[in-house]
Amino acid sequence: MGKDPQSSSRRTFYQRMIYGVSSLIATSLTIPAVGYLFPSRRKGNAGKGWTDAGDVSALPLNEPRELAFQRKRVDGWKTSTERATAWVVRTDGELIAFSPRCTHLGCGYHWETDNDRFVCPCHTSGFSITGEVLEGPAPRPLDRFETRTEGNRLWLGRVRPIPENGGQ
Amino acid sequence: MRDLIRRILDWVDHRTGFETAVKNFLYEDIPASSGWHQVFGSVALFLFFVQAFTGVLLAFNYAPQPGDAYHSLQYIVNEITGGRLIRGLHHWGSSLMVVVVGLHMIQVALWGAYKKPREATWILGVLLLLLVLAFGLTGYLLPWDNRAYWATVVTIQIAGLAPLFGEYLVEFLGGTEGVGVSTFTRFYTLHVLMLPALTVLVMMLHIHLVRKHGVTPSPRAIGKPKKKFYPGQAFKDLMAFFAVFVLLFVLAATVDVPLERLADPSDSTYVPRPEWYFLFLFQMLKFFEGRWEVVGAVILPTLAVLALLAVPFLDRAKVKRIQQRTLAFAVVGVVLAGWLALTVAADLTTPEPVASARETSPATADWRLLTPVELAGRAYFRREKCADCHNLAEGEPKMGPTLATVSQRKPTEWLMAHFGNPSEAVPGNPRPATALSDEELNGLAAFVLKLTPTNAAALEAVPPYAMRAAVIYQESQCGACHVVNGSGEESGPPLNGVGQRRTAEWLEEHFRDPQKFDPQSVMPPYDFPPDDMKAMVDYMEALPPAFQ
Repeated sequence: MGKDPQSSSRRTFYQRMIYGVSSLIATSLTIPAVGYLFPSRRKGNAGKGWTDAGDVSALPLNEPRELAFQRKRVDGWKTSTERATAWVVRTDGELIAFSPRCTHLGCGYHWETDNDRFVCPCHTSGFSITGEVLEGPAPRPLDRFETRTEGNRLWLGRVRPIPENGGQ
Repeated sequence: MRDLIRRILDWVDHRTGFETAVKNFLYEDIPASSGWHQVFGSVALFLFFVQAFTGVLLAFNYAPQPGDAYHSLQYIVNEITGGRLIRGLHHWGSSLMVVVVGLHMIQVALWGAYKKPREATWILGVLLLLLVLAFGLTGYLLPWDNRAYWATVVTIQIAGLAPLFGEYLVEFLGGTEGVGVSTFTRFYTLHVLMLPALTVLVMMLHIHLVRKHGVTPSPRAIGKPKKKFYPGQAFKDLMAFFAVFVLLFVLAATVDVPLERLADPSDSTYVPRPEWYFLFLFQMLKFFEGRWEVVGAVILPTLAVLALLAVPFLDRAKVKRIQQRTLAFAVVGVVLAGWLALTVAADLTTPEPVASARETSPATADWRLLTPVELAGRAYFRREKCADCHNLAEGEPKMGPTLATVSQRKPTEWLMAHFGNPSEAVPGNPRPATALSDEELNGLAAFVLKLTPTNAAALEAVPPYAMRAAVIYQESQCGACHVVNGSGEESGPPLNGVGQRRTAEWLEEHFRDPQKFDPQSVMPPYDFPPDDMKAMVDYMEALPPAFQ
């Protein structure tokens, strides 16, 4: 069966249509699916806006303090208020607010007064008071919040990684 | 290159038999009479895959909890790329599935393809129809909007009518305590776990039997040489997929699926309507009153399903050409006509949504005529940010209802409960409980009850000083001795007209030291801060001189 030229060309037509139409259906389902699963970031507003991190008038010189504050967080369909922290240090003429995550794998670090450095307990990365990497596997200096002050109050913006050569 | 692919395919086939299986499937023998009328089963299978695909995508961004479900769906529809389209595909896909399954059954019935030895294939097909309807019923609740909620309330009630096992059915559906979190979780689990698994299983058995017995040939095709499924029939199937897919896509892209407001169990004016394919059942319920209700709700549908199951055992005549199956045409025609009549009747009797609440007693559009309690309520409304979710008058839609049109339908107790803890009166409401005093709750209720469609816009524009003054008036309990706009005790002088009788300076000084003007006065001194003092004096002066 199906050896005469007419039947053979009909068969080719069938096959082409089958491939064509199934690809078309598959594509028109896949494209929206990709857009849906990997939404562009333009609509998210995480990290937008400024947060009041509190009164910093009592912050001593060159002594890092961990400030806790409330911050609005937009996560998918939920907007919640969550507790957040930042390590804040007043150096000569500058107020720096570090993101409380180690730049290696995101663990929380702390300030060790005796060693005069920030130490991450996970993989023993160490950072200077201005955030430079002193030791350990951390790939870059501590990330910093954008900051501005209003009177005695410190406002934090988004977190910005600082380039390899540091902020100094 | 071709050679390499061939070798890889051979290697895989040798170990898994995959290619052989696919070929077996594609090169199945089908009768010479096969054609366009036999595409519906494949289309149903295709739609099942579309539903599974879009359903899984929806689940990626869906929070299966009352309340959250609604908000996550809002997020899907309004914020995520393609979200509206994917929800549309899933929604309209379910309707098309019912249509296609219906057409499939009609085709099989007209051609008599259920006859011996294909009775079991038919029975599994009826099961699949029930599964499709169960998908529709359970999926209807998942948006958790008013439509979803109220339709499910009715569903649960009907389930409860079933003799003997009704109570257990309601319990199984999590509806013992009314429609709530339990119901929702049960419906969700049925919809995304149990029904898909069952459907896949029954579908596989169904397809297995179709292949075991082969596609039903027409009597004329018996003895003629057979065709292969691929590519001729596969082409027809795929063209049918394409036609349905284009229709589905256009529906999803152009017709918005409504997402009504958040489910509100207290909304007694809501007229619940089931999805169109259940309308005939809904309409049938109207014919059976009182104790006969169970007939329309349970007995007739059950008999209908039993009749469907019995079809191949009732019609045992020899296979005939379709042109000779007049009785089959007659039966299918009568059933369809009955279905259509009931559906149209149901559609015609669907009332328009209730336009607005009744107009009530002295509605005022002038805030000056409000009592201090009502005016303070307006202030609490602003302070508690009620406007985040509610419009007073019609405006850009918000999550909660527009108060001018709904508030008067609520009993005061409900309003108080809602103000105190919005999520208690409206399950899933994201607003946390408030810490309002009884006086404040009273004020809010008094104000909200005063709203009507005609005065809401005016009452939205109360000047801030008046709101401030009303709050101070309430907190200082001025109403314990004074009357404003007919409200309050009469032991002190009425305050309407005091602004005309006295100057602003007098009023201010009198607040500070009443005894300076009248040594006998029992009014305590009120040394308000300057802003508050100004608000109070201005309020006194703004009061209408006389109040009837």
